[in-house]
Amino acid sequence: MSDIELDALLLSLRVGLASTALCLPFALGVAWLLSRTRLPGRALLDGIVHAPLVLPPVVIGYLLLISLGTRAPLGAWLKSTFGIQLIFTTEGVVVAAAVMAFPLMVRAIRLSLDGVDRGLELAARTLGASRIDVLCTITLPMMLPGILSGAMMAFAASLGEFGATITFASNIEGETRTLPLAIYTATQTPDGDAIALRLVGLSMALAVAAIILSEWLNRRTQRWLGRP
Amino acid sequence: MIELRFGTCLGALDLDVDVTLPSRGVSAIFGRSGAGKSSLINAVAGIVRPSRGRIAVGDRVFFDADAGIDLAIEARGVGYVFQDARLFPHLSVSGNLRYGLKRARGPRPVDWESVIDVLGLAHLLDRRPHHLSGGERQRVALGRALLRQPDLLLMDEPLASLDAPRKAEVLPYIERLAQEFALPVLYVSHSIEEVTRLADHLVIVSEGRTVASGELADIMSRPEHSPLIGRYEAGSVLDCTVLQHNDDYALTTLRFTDGQLRVPRIDLEPGCAVRVRIRARDVALALSRPMDVSIVNKLPGRVIGITPREGPYADVAVDLGSSSLRALVTRESCDRLGLQPGTAVWVMVKSVALDSRSVGFNRRPRPDAAQAPPAAD
Repeated sequence: MSDIELDALLLSLRVGLASTALCLPFALGVAWLLSRTRLPGRALLDGIVHAPLVLPPVVIGYLLLISLGTRAPLGAWLKSTFGIQLIFTTEGVVVAAAVMAFPLMVRAIRLSLDGVDRGLELAARTLGASRIDVLCTITLPMMLPGILSGAMMAFAASLGEFGATITFASNIEGETRTLPLAIYTATQTPDGDAIALRLVGLSMALAVAAIILSEWLNRRTQRWLGRP
Repeated sequence: MIELRFGTCLGALDLDVDVTLPSRGVSAIFGRSGAGKSSLINAVAGIVRPSRGRIAVGDRVFFDADAGIDLAIEARGVGYVFQDARLFPHLSVSGNLRYGLKRARGPRPVDWESVIDVLGLAHLLDRRPHHLSGGERQRVALGRALLRQPDLLLMDEPLASLDAPRKAEVLPYIERLAQEFALPVLYVSHSIEEVTRLADHLVIVSEGRTVASGELADIMSRPEHSPLIGRYEAGSVLDCTVLQHNDDYALTTLRFTDGQLRVPRIDLEPGCAVRVRIRARDVALALSRPMDVSIVNKLPGRVIGITPREGPYADVAVDLGSSSLRALVTRESCDRLGLQPGTAVWVMVKSVALDSRSVGFNRRPRPDAAQAPPAAD
């Protein structure tokens, strides 16, 4: 494996992990709002969360650019307060990937939350557990298969993110050039076919590994919960 | 005392509860399905919030609409055994049992060993709930509710989801725990058989209202409650002691205050207290002592009252001295025999009608319960 491939692979893995970690707390919160509350703006929230699934990724990237770019108020504030610059940085790639992967994770988690037997939660309360105690000891463990599969999906989607990333964070080697961007760059380079093919092979191996791991985790947790 | 005086509207059901229950022993909440029995105990547990009234157990007020008191479910200190066990699938049997124990505050009168012992759970501790039979699951649920160290135990038809053999397996455990752990129990059921075997106090719920409440034998003996209990199941309850066994014929003789009863053999030592439910339709009447009949259970008595029923039936209450029995006969027979209050009659009960389903085992003599120090209420 050459440096180009290794760099792209490691960057992609880092981005995938960071984006999944960034999504998780927000996805849990949003899934809770959508599944368990009668919030007035629920339908709107649902729509906004799912927008990245139906909009072209370029649109999302452009929206991120005009809201989080250095000259946009929010982006300027981030830079002046925390010293965080998103465009042209790995952090920007993570944000773009997270936004694109977010609806997938919310869907999986929400589905698992809908499936949690409220009767078990009530039983736990009659056994002396407070609401927060029930959440930690009953609800979250029961949601584990959904959380894991949501995380795997978000990770996989983050690895493959292209449109929003290239629009928002640009294509800078070692900084924002993840696997898909590296493949794209290779195809645009004369004699880049060999590199492109090796990168494609790498991507496929990664995808297969993710699917196998996801299936295995799912089966283990389902069995742990006594489901066939 | 357990004071339940509340009301609320739940969809089509208008719940209107007004009963005071003893703070010891098993109080059965009996009624048809949809009558509001479960809603009643859910309100006690805090799962359903009434719109008016007051719920208090001893000196602890769970709910008081006027005072603005509504304790959270977890703060009420009640154990709840659900119809569908509701064991936590991600925890072992032991983990399920410890869930409530870990969260119990204050003194812990119910100890681990005695619960494991009484409910026979020792060999199940490492198993997961999905590897248990329905009866085992319900026993674990009982243990879990007990180890939570409740001041009050609620049971919502804990046997209803079990088949007959599993029911027969779990019922004795419930009978035992009501005695072993001095806890007031509210037991919801639509089965008069379970109610007679378990309960000391009976509350009848009909269309959301509590229509009768009192000592089991007393409520059962009142003919006006027959329509609610069901014509075929209505009858009387007698507290008896085992006198002797006849092994040749596989019979047992029971003694009660006004005489003796011969029943199919029951496996209890002489001296054990049992409770026998005698369905009114299994009781026949005669004007003179019947001689040439197969029936051996013949008791002299006096008619107290006759209540005509729909169709051909009449409900005849007979005083046996200190207890009473009810007989369901035809109105035609009443007239033919010229029965009226005061008529001296002989009451006959077929032994074979008193099968194991009619006899509550494991009952101890009541007197020591009456002499026990009063509960802290």
